Amino acid sequence: MTREEVLQVADMCKLSLSEEEINIFMGMFTGVMEQVKELDELDTENVEPLYFLNIKDKPYREDVVEESLDREEVLKNAPEEEYGYFKVKKVME
Amino acid sequence: MDITRLTAEEIREKIEKKEVSALEVTRAHLDRIREIDGDLNAFITITEEEALEAAKRVDQKVKNGEKLGKLAGIPVGVKDNIVTKAIRTTAGSKMLENFIPPYDATVIKRIKEEDGIILGKTNLDEFAGSYSTESSYFGPTKNPIDKERVPGGSSGGSTAAVRAHEVALALGSDTGGSNRQPASYCGIVGIKPSYGLVSRYGLIPLSNSLDVVGTFGRNVKDATLLLDVIAGSDINDPSAMEVERVNYLESLQADIKGMRIALPGEYMNMPMDSRVKEKVLEAARLFEKLGAKVEEVSLPHAKYAWATYYLIVVSEISSAMAKYGGVGYGYRTEDYETLDELYIKSRTEGLGEEIKRSIMAGTYILSSQEGKKYYEKAFRVRALIKEDFDRVFETYDVILSPTTPNLPFKLGESVKNPTEMYGSGIFNIPANVAGLCAISVPCGYADGLPVGLQIMGDRFKEINILKAAYAFEAELSLGGEHSGI
Repeated sequence: MTREEVLQVADMCKLSLSEEEINIFMGMFTGVMEQVKELDELDTENVEPLYFLNIKDKPYREDVVEESLDREEVLKNAPEEEYGYFKVKKVME
Repeated sequence: MDITRLTAEEIREKIEKKEVSALEVTRAHLDRIREIDGDLNAFITITEEEALEAAKRVDQKVKNGEKLGKLAGIPVGVKDNIVTKAIRTTAGSKMLENFIPPYDATVIKRIKEEDGIILGKTNLDEFAGSYSTESSYFGPTKNPIDKERVPGGSSGGSTAAVRAHEVALALGSDTGGSNRQPASYCGIVGIKPSYGLVSRYGLIPLSNSLDVVGTFGRNVKDATLLLDVIAGSDINDPSAMEVERVNYLESLQADIKGMRIALPGEYMNMPMDSRVKEKVLEAARLFEKLGAKVEEVSLPHAKYAWATYYLIVVSEISSAMAKYGGVGYGYRTEDYETLDELYIKSRTEGLGEEIKRSIMAGTYILSSQEGKKYYEKAFRVRALIKEDFDRVFETYDVILSPTTPNLPFKLGESVKNPTEMYGSGIFNIPANVAGLCAISVPCGYADGLPVGLQIMGDRFKEINILKAAYAFEAELSLGGEHSGI
């Protein structure tokens, strides 16, 4: 596991890492892959993956408009808001 | 009478019979919190005003002779990753330090509808992502039995609060043992319901296909009472199933003659503290004495549960944490020039080490060629693990194991030896991977520290594990029950 690979993953995660963290993650990824390799012992070619335990028996409901959360109430949690929208700095020049 | 020593059941009874008022019960518990929580740190937020108001409403109902809810006047603690309307909900993270949810989780609505009194929000590992409650932004919680030790986690605030009589009942969440491991470490009862029995609407997600909301009490009946209240399908959560409702509390009985109990050889042969093993084997003998039939069984894929769980959980964590970027809600960095910098700095400053590690690992697995291969494979092995259980449950009602392979470890130890901490969930994760129900019930003390017995049951067969735990608890008189504070 290279330094570049760790930085690439950090970029996808939108995290910035210290030098110490970069070293920790280089070791960690290598360790993780070693651990999960024990699944190689199993032949799962004919096994259907089990992604979710249940959803299939869920009944349908009518699509009716219901009251949703109050906009002002929700925006109270935004770090910055303006005109009823979330506010950030200019995205494009 | 020390009101805080009463069980939830007794509190409800005494309020109905007007022997004590809901206000007195609430005040007694708030006093207890004031007295000990500065040191224990089980609570992040105490909701005194709301609790006193709720208690007054219950007393008014009593006065008017109105029908009382199942939780009338009972003090409840709520893990702080379950959203509460107008009450700060932090998930133990700097990221949500000032988050005030605009709605109640479905489980909170149900507690309020049944007249439960919420006293506050309890401490947890950041986003419920670890096993000791030490990764909370709000500092670690101590174990009331031995304050140099962790209460376990991630629901350590809830289990410490229940154990220390700050509340009678509490809610937790369980992704890979977060209800059962801390229940075991604090010597109380913790229930992890089947995936799909309880709505997750308003539970801040860690891992969507594994998370469940669960309950705590100082005895089986109390924890069952709270489960009875929160169980049931929900229009807001498609994974909460329509299952035939059983009134668990009314179906509880101590007669378990003829119950078929399985003891998996693979589990009992895993490395563990010999004192724990001894207690669990004693428990198995006690079940035989009660007329149950205990036999050894095999779960051939048991050793693959950890890798399978790890691949699923970190991948789902990395996805669940993607939404925290400093825009809609949560922490925003003060100093940024570009949108990208806003995301990066807000996340880097707002999230803790432990959760960052999971995000990084999950992102690596989901983005690398090799990682993706194993991610896919994990879901196939998950099917095999579930088949193991399906086979056992064709013949047996419940499965016994230790809740944890070890006893509560000391605060700060997990930094030096993280393997022991992560290993503490080894017997818990299979129930999450297969969606099963499980309970941890105290089964004795070793050198003053509590040992938990885990009883697992098939999906939606909660009644089997509850009956077994209830019968066991009725038979076992625990010395040291009132140790600690």
